[in-house]
Amino acid sequence: MRAHDVEGAVAALAEAPNAEFLAGGTNLVDLMKLGVETPDVLVDVRRLTSDRVEDLEDGGLRVGAAVPNSVLAADRKVRTRYPALSQALLAGASGQLRNLATTGGNLLQRTRCVYFYDTTTPCNKREPGSGCSAIEGHNKNHAILGSSEHCVATHPSDMAVAMAALDAFVNVLGPDGDRRIPIEDLHRLPGDEPQRDTILEHCELITSVDLPPLRFLSNSKYRKVRERASYAFALVSVAAALDVEDGVVRDIRIALGGVAHKPWRATKAEETLRGEPASEENFRAAAEIELEDAEPLRDNAFKVPLARNVMVRTLLELSEER
Amino acid sequence: MGQHNGWLRKGRIVDAEITLRVDGAERRLTVDTRTTLLDALRERLGITSPKKGCDHGQCGACTLLLDGRRVNSCLALAVAYDGSEIITAEGLAENGQLHPLQRAFVEHDGYQCGYCTPGQIVSALGMLDEAEAGWPSHVTEDLNVEEIVLDDEEIRERMSGNLCRCAAYANIVPAIREVSDR
Amino acid sequence: MSTTAPGSATGTVIGAPLDRIDGPQKVTGTAPYAYEHHVDNPLYLYPLHSDIARGRVARIDAGEAEALPGVIAVISHHNAPTLADTRDRELAILQSDEISFRGQYIGAVVAETFEVARHAANLVSISYDEDRHDATFTPDRDDLYTPEQLNAGFPTDTEEGDVDRAFSSAAVTMDETYTTPVEHNNPMEPHTSVAVWEAGDLTLYESTQGTHSVRRLVAKLFGLDRERVRVVTLHVGGGFGSKGLPHANTVLAVIAAQVVEGRPIKFALTRQQMFSCVGYRTPTVQRIRLGADENGRLTATSHDVVEQTAKIKEFAEQTAYATRTMYATETRRTTHRLAALDVSVPSWMRAPGEAPGMYALESAMDEMAIKCNLDPIEFRIRNEPELDAETGLPYSSRNLVACLREGAERFGWEGRDPTLRARQEGRWLVGTGVASGIYPVFRLPGSKVRISYRGDGRYAMEIGAVDIGTGAWTALTQIAADALGVGVESINLSIGDTDLPSASVAGGSSGITVWGSAIFEAARAFRERHGDDPAAGDTAEAGTPDNPDTENYSMHAFAAYFAEARVNEDTGEVRVPRMTGVFAVGNVINPKMARSQFIGGMTMGLSMALHEESLVDPRFGHVVNHDFAEYHIPTNADVGEMDVTWVDEDDPHVNPMGTKGIGEIGICGSPAAIANAVYHATGIRVRDLPITPDKLIH
Repeated sequence: MRAHDVEGAVAALAEAPNAEFLAGGTNLVDLMKLGVETPDVLVDVRRLTSDRVEDLEDGGLRVGAAVPNSVLAADRKVRTRYPALSQALLAGASGQLRNLATTGGNLLQRTRCVYFYDTTTPCNKREPGSGCSAIEGHNKNHAILGSSEHCVATHPSDMAVAMAALDAFVNVLGPDGDRRIPIEDLHRLPGDEPQRDTILEHCELITSVDLPPLRFLSNSKYRKVRERASYAFALVSVAAALDVEDGVVRDIRIALGGVAHKPWRATKAEETLRGEPASEENFRAAAEIELEDAEPLRDNAFKVPLARNVMVRTLLELSEER
Repeated sequence: MGQHNGWLRKGRIVDAEITLRVDGAERRLTVDTRTTLLDALRERLGITSPKKGCDHGQCGACTLLLDGRRVNSCLALAVAYDGSEIITAEGLAENGQLHPLQRAFVEHDGYQCGYCTPGQIVSALGMLDEAEAGWPSHVTEDLNVEEIVLDDEEIRERMSGNLCRCAAYANIVPAIREVSDR
Repeated sequence: MSTTAPGSATGTVIGAPLDRIDGPQKVTGTAPYAYEHHVDNPLYLYPLHSDIARGRVARIDAGEAEALPGVIAVISHHNAPTLADTRDRELAILQSDEISFRGQYIGAVVAETFEVARHAANLVSISYDEDRHDATFTPDRDDLYTPEQLNAGFPTDTEEGDVDRAFSSAAVTMDETYTTPVEHNNPMEPHTSVAVWEAGDLTLYESTQGTHSVRRLVAKLFGLDRERVRVVTLHVGGGFGSKGLPHANTVLAVIAAQVVEGRPIKFALTRQQMFSCVGYRTPTVQRIRLGADENGRLTATSHDVVEQTAKIKEFAEQTAYATRTMYATETRRTTHRLAALDVSVPSWMRAPGEAPGMYALESAMDEMAIKCNLDPIEFRIRNEPELDAETGLPYSSRNLVACLREGAERFGWEGRDPTLRARQEGRWLVGTGVASGIYPVFRLPGSKVRISYRGDGRYAMEIGAVDIGTGAWTALTQIAADALGVGVESINLSIGDTDLPSASVAGGSSGITVWGSAIFEAARAFRERHGDDPAAGDTAEAGTPDNPDTENYSMHAFAAYFAEARVNEDTGEVRVPRMTGVFAVGNVINPKMARSQFIGGMTMGLSMALHEESLVDPRFGHVVNHDFAEYHIPTNADVGEMDVTWVDEDDPHVNPMGTKGIGEIGICGSPAAIANAVYHATGIRVRDLPITPDKLIH
């Protein structure tokens, strides 16, 4: 069905617990065909939320939830001011999918865990209490940080990792009005409720994403590691922004993809590096501190040195390219 | 085995009447709301040039130009695109003459079994437009470059959304390059 | 490259790089694949698969599904017809409640639309009596057994001389084990059957590599007269072996067509279902031991293979086959052992045997060359055999050395520094590798060609052969033109229909040999009978003639592969920016299409080396990465420069065209060239495919 406006869309979902928002459909339609997502009604929001990328008064940027991924990646403001975001989008999916997928949908895409995708294998995210097939199964693509005994899935979005590093805010409309969620808080760790990917209420609709006016974010980059050269999800990825002056780290943002149930802000590494010389040694030490608590599974121990190496390499390049 | 009522509304199949403009011709049809654009074309309209290779947006064989942009038609619900303009590989020929890109594929043998081929060609057309519009790709060295130069590396990356199991890639790239170089 | 074909009047069309005859159809998307043939008022089939690997169907509750508007039937073993022949346990489906592997067909829903059929399938409630299953493939099982023979009738074990003694006294030895995973063929077009059952006649629009073999099978299974079964296959979106032997999907479609008589049944597998029961390549564990003297001459070669099969039907891949003939060695032993598991039946996948076997052998040869302190090409040349050791026969032609030498020159092998980890460009370690390739010249029986003169300067050429992307439509037309001494435009080729004379399956790279020989024979018969000025309606028929030379010569195609690999120091990512393949395949019918076959095979070799792996979860017994997102094949960005050429080779023994079959050789050896290059780049020898970043990160 099509609502007339965003408030109408939100109201429709508030009334119908088994309705879902539909934008590009690249994740939802995929999951519906497999019976993983089973809405009765789809509320088409593609033309309701903004499809524009606009300057904000404070110097930041507002990205409408309906902006296609390809358009966002190509936007010149994004390319100059938040290159990590553009790179992250271009590293994701395929040209065709980027044309269909939207900002809002990309944030809300669900894990690619093969057991989640298969309705015949136990999955606590799909059916709480049924068990996690990945913990003792094929888990090369699964989490090394922040997982629980109920779920070791990872969040597959590249865009979200970049947005996490860029300190974005997600604007959401609910039945009681707007709220503004720091992107770090949007996605959850699995904990005891792996079925909940985000903190959003069922009927809340993402309307836009705000990027802050921090100048140094223009020195940012996204590095994605995948098994084949294109069109594959990340084994591990890093989004980072670096402000270096006189060889010292003035400010820094780092987020990791492919390692956890949500984009992983490497706050420990950031804290370690602020005010320190921008050296390879320090980058490496900071990475190791961040990964100290990593809990590898049978198949994914390689992600620890991989994440470390990519963090170091990315930060080095940012400090050299400045 | 997963039981669910996923697709029903009040126990009935919901149908909708839509209009699609396909290869220049206006087509009115009734579709199940679950029907994708791909199946609407193939099953309801008998337009079989877009192919079903995976039905989940993972291979690109179903690529169409939808309102000017290349997309995987297998993930687009037909009802959501009522009124859209669609171009398929079948609609590219003019006056019985193959489109230059189609001719290039024939000359370079940019296919083998041919199943991914219509998707490759439509995708290539969309890709050329994107490059013309100055859109960078994952391999574009300078993200802020003014104009995109389509060398082999750019073509390969931009066409990576179209899988080819026969692996005609090494012939597909020069076929596209010939047209893009003109 | 020879452009004249022996026995042809003018010999000008064979060897020409003609555009494919079906090219315009393919680029416009109008070439009809099985699903796309128009049928009136079809119904759609969605299969029911078992969720357990072993046991029985206890109860099927189809009430909710049957009540759904648009559902015509829910079929199971309760209401499926009894097949006339139930001996083949892979194909005789729905005959009992027994389940032999996870994913086995246990029923089907037939409905007015695909969406309704899919939905209804999800509403069918099935309960099982589950038995403990065994789907764990390991090489140290104590129940491994020796098959009576291998696929294609090859002997299971061979032995020449005392290998163990030669090995223990050899100056240089190596003993390593290589493993390859389960792989799925995954042609872009899923297996498809459109079954039309009308008044006792069955028409099947089928995506198959062999129309006549499907007809034979269906007739046998359903107790039908062959004349009442017609199989039509104008275009196939790839097969790579998985459409060579018929699978249960075809049977399911015909069962449904029988149950719901009167309306055509359309059944195309989803990509996910392609991992269940349409065949796959067995995983292999291959132990190779080589012993050589101080001059690098092999004195001992042993190749021991462990692989899997299904309990319900045996398939024994001929993995060590190539080792029996590839190199000269004083002593040699090859063995094959199988683990029979509660899994679906393995089947042909491009170059069964040679593909995994040559990966292991050519990796071992590389390791051995290094141990012997010899250049890997020189090492191979030193062990070039005079005769085929297994049969004692001379080769009809063998130009492996020429391929290695020419490839070395083209690739720039001269002056290669064998030092490991010696070359780095930025964060990328660079290495190069070489490997040999081989593929036998197979002949399959049972092909016939009919030629008729239409009276308008045109000849109708009919054979039930299938073009699965190989270019048969065009190649056979070229052969026919030269065989009759006319131009290509004078030939009207009809293929892909059981109404046409019988043809062998498009497999074993045998098509041109078998069908082409039949065309030459039929053309000879035609000219003999009707001369150069025939009358309309004149006709002649002939089958593939016997070739006594097959008793006197060992016939194989050979190749040499070179690859450059770049491995990222930080991430273990592997990229292959260039490959060179030099082939010795006799004559080439169409150079343009031949290049395509070669790059296709080489890229599938790259895929095997770096990407493909079907992950079986033994707790459940099925492949868990069952789609294109998680089962990786190369994207366009994974493939760099593909330099392909072939040497002049005139082989008068193989067939009248002098050709050797080129569809599969590209994957035989190319994975090893890449693995060897990765070793050269990094110093890390990965003996377990695919070579993914996790195996290279330290």
